[in-house]
Order: sequence, then structure tokens, then C-alpha cells
Amino acid sequence: MKTAFLDAVESKDVKKSIPHFEIGDIVEVHCLIKEGNKERVQKFEGTVIARKGRGMNEMFTVRRIIGSEGVERIFPLHSPNVVDIRPVRSGKTRRAKLYFLRERTGKGVRLAQRHSDHTVSK
Amino acid sequence: MPMILGKKVGMTRIYDASGKMIPVTVIQAGPCSVLQVKTVENDGYNAVQLGYDDIKPARRRKPAVGHAHKGGTVPKRFVREMRLPAGAELPYQIGDSVTVSSFADIKLVDIIGMSKGKGFAGPMKRHGFGGFPASHGTERKHRAPGSQAGVAANAGRSGGPKKGKRMGGQMGNVRVTTRNHPLVSIDGQNHLLVVKGPVPGPPDGYCIVRCSKKV
Repeated sequence: MKTAFLDAVESKDVKKSIPHFEIGDIVEVHCLIKEGNKERVQKFEGTVIARKGRGMNEMFTVRRIIGSEGVERIFPLHSPNVVDIRPVRSGKTRRAKLYFLRERTGKGVRLAQRHSDHTVSK
Repeated sequence: MPMILGKKVGMTRIYDASGKMIPVTVIQAGPCSVLQVKTVENDGYNAVQLGYDDIKPARRRKPAVGHAHKGGTVPKRFVREMRLPAGAELPYQIGDSVTVSSFADIKLVDIIGMSKGKGFAGPMKRHGFGGFPASHGTERKHRAPGSQAGVAANAGRSGGPKKGKRMGGQMGNVRVTTRNHPLVSIDGQNHLLVVKGPVPGPPDGYCIVRCSKKV
């Protein structure tokens, strides 16, 4: 009953459809940026290394290397500012959190492609 | 000045029109029954007695059952009075039902609840004392309160420590009021009030929601 009430409150803001993506996939996150009165969409492409939280509270972490510096951004899955999540390439992985990628550089950060039903290509 | 009784459901988050995340607490409030209307002539002050959350009549003593019966309802677990200034018009009659719709025009609310009990807590947790060093010769006194009345400023009358000297003791499980929560939305169908920020007490704890007194 309790969660039913919370769901009722959240239902207004929970996104109806979320693109399917898994841990290890490379995704392109389209993020709405507001500068003064102007709005524009910024893209951030990288590997999904974590998904945590449930329902309205779900967050996912995207990591990429910019220059030689690792950059991680954490997005709320249901935020209206996260306009779109586009899977670019699937990644094969055996764990739910890919924090070990933080210690790797160069070719080491690549993951094998997953060949399954929801394999996506550009 | 509307007031309603309710139960904390839990916390979640929602987004406002600009995409900003707002932490909110969901409160299931009402419908409350008006069990009694007190007037200056009869009782010396104006008030409306509200009851929330039904309980089996067999679980309450007969006077409480009869009292609720006068209001045309079953006994309630949570009964509180809504005080009204002398000379004020009484907004409800006995037997009326109070719902969240009475908060339709309200922007800010105060919430009163019983805070979560922390048991007997030491001065570090209860009052934020600094404690003592982990090393440098400290022995068995790492979380001790220090001296109580060693200097004149801390000494009370008859040689004891001053009244109100901060020490260990029961923490939490006291009535707490948090003021000026913006009222984010109202769900009349499920009897829900959604307010910004955390409110005192555990989920399922009873609370009183009223229009803000100090804006």
C-alpha cells in the first residue's frame, strides 16, 4: 500500500519508455542544457559502468576518457533533462559494476561486443 | 487556518517544470472525522477535535467509543485538536469530514511529528561535542563529556551543575515541528499531500499538517 502511494506520486514524472541499455554498453546521452533563456542539447558518449537505484531513483553512470583524463557523469534516468539515451555499441561484461575500468587506460578500457538479440550498432 | 492529521508514507523525488529535482515527503492525510467542536461558551476556548485512522470499537474503552459515536464514526487511533482563536467562526460541524482539499490554496505548511527515537545517546551524538583525542595518552575517555561544573560559569546553585547542562540522555522520540515546507501537490483521490523536504518521524508515523504559522 505504501509503495502504491509513492508510485502514485511518482507516476507523473516517471518516464513511460526508456531505451534498453545494459552495463558495459556504450551510449550517447542527450542532455538538455539551459544557458540563460537558451536551451540546447549536449551529447555525452561513454560506457555505462553502473546502474543503481530503483524506479524514480534510478541513476546510471557513464564513463569516457577525454584527453587522457577519465570523466564520469551520473545521470538520473527519469530526469526530464535527460532527453534521450541512444545505445551505440553493446559491451560484453560479467559484472554489474565496472569500476575496474577506472584503473585501466588505453586499449584496456575496451569491452568485447555482446552478440545477442539486443545488440545494437550505429 | 486548516489543519489535518496524517501518516508519513515515505520520501521520493519529483521534477518541477524546469527539470529541477525536488526531494519530497508523501503524507497520507485524512479523511479525518470531526469528533467534537469546542466553543468558548461550553469549554472556555474554540477548537475542533479531529480523529484519524479507524480502530475497532472493541479495542477502545466505552467512553471513547461513545465519544466517536456522537460524531457518527468509529473510534480513532490519532486524535488531536485544532485550536481556533476566540471569536473565530467554526469551520466544521461535528460529524464533518476533513480532507486534503482544504489545503487547496495553501502554499506552505508546518508539520508536527514525533522524531525517531535514538535511545540514550552520548553527548557527542546528542549535542555534537568534540570528544577527546584517539591517542596522545587518552585512556577510556574518547567520547566522554568532559567536566560538568568546573568553572563558575557552569556551576549552578547549591554546587551542582547548571540546569540544562548538556549531557548524555534520551535523544529523539520528542515532538518536533518543522516549518514552512512548500506544498508541492495534492492528490485528492488517494488523500495524499506532497511536501518538499524531510519531515519528523519514521514512515507510518503520525503527523499533523497545518498551514504555516510564520511565513
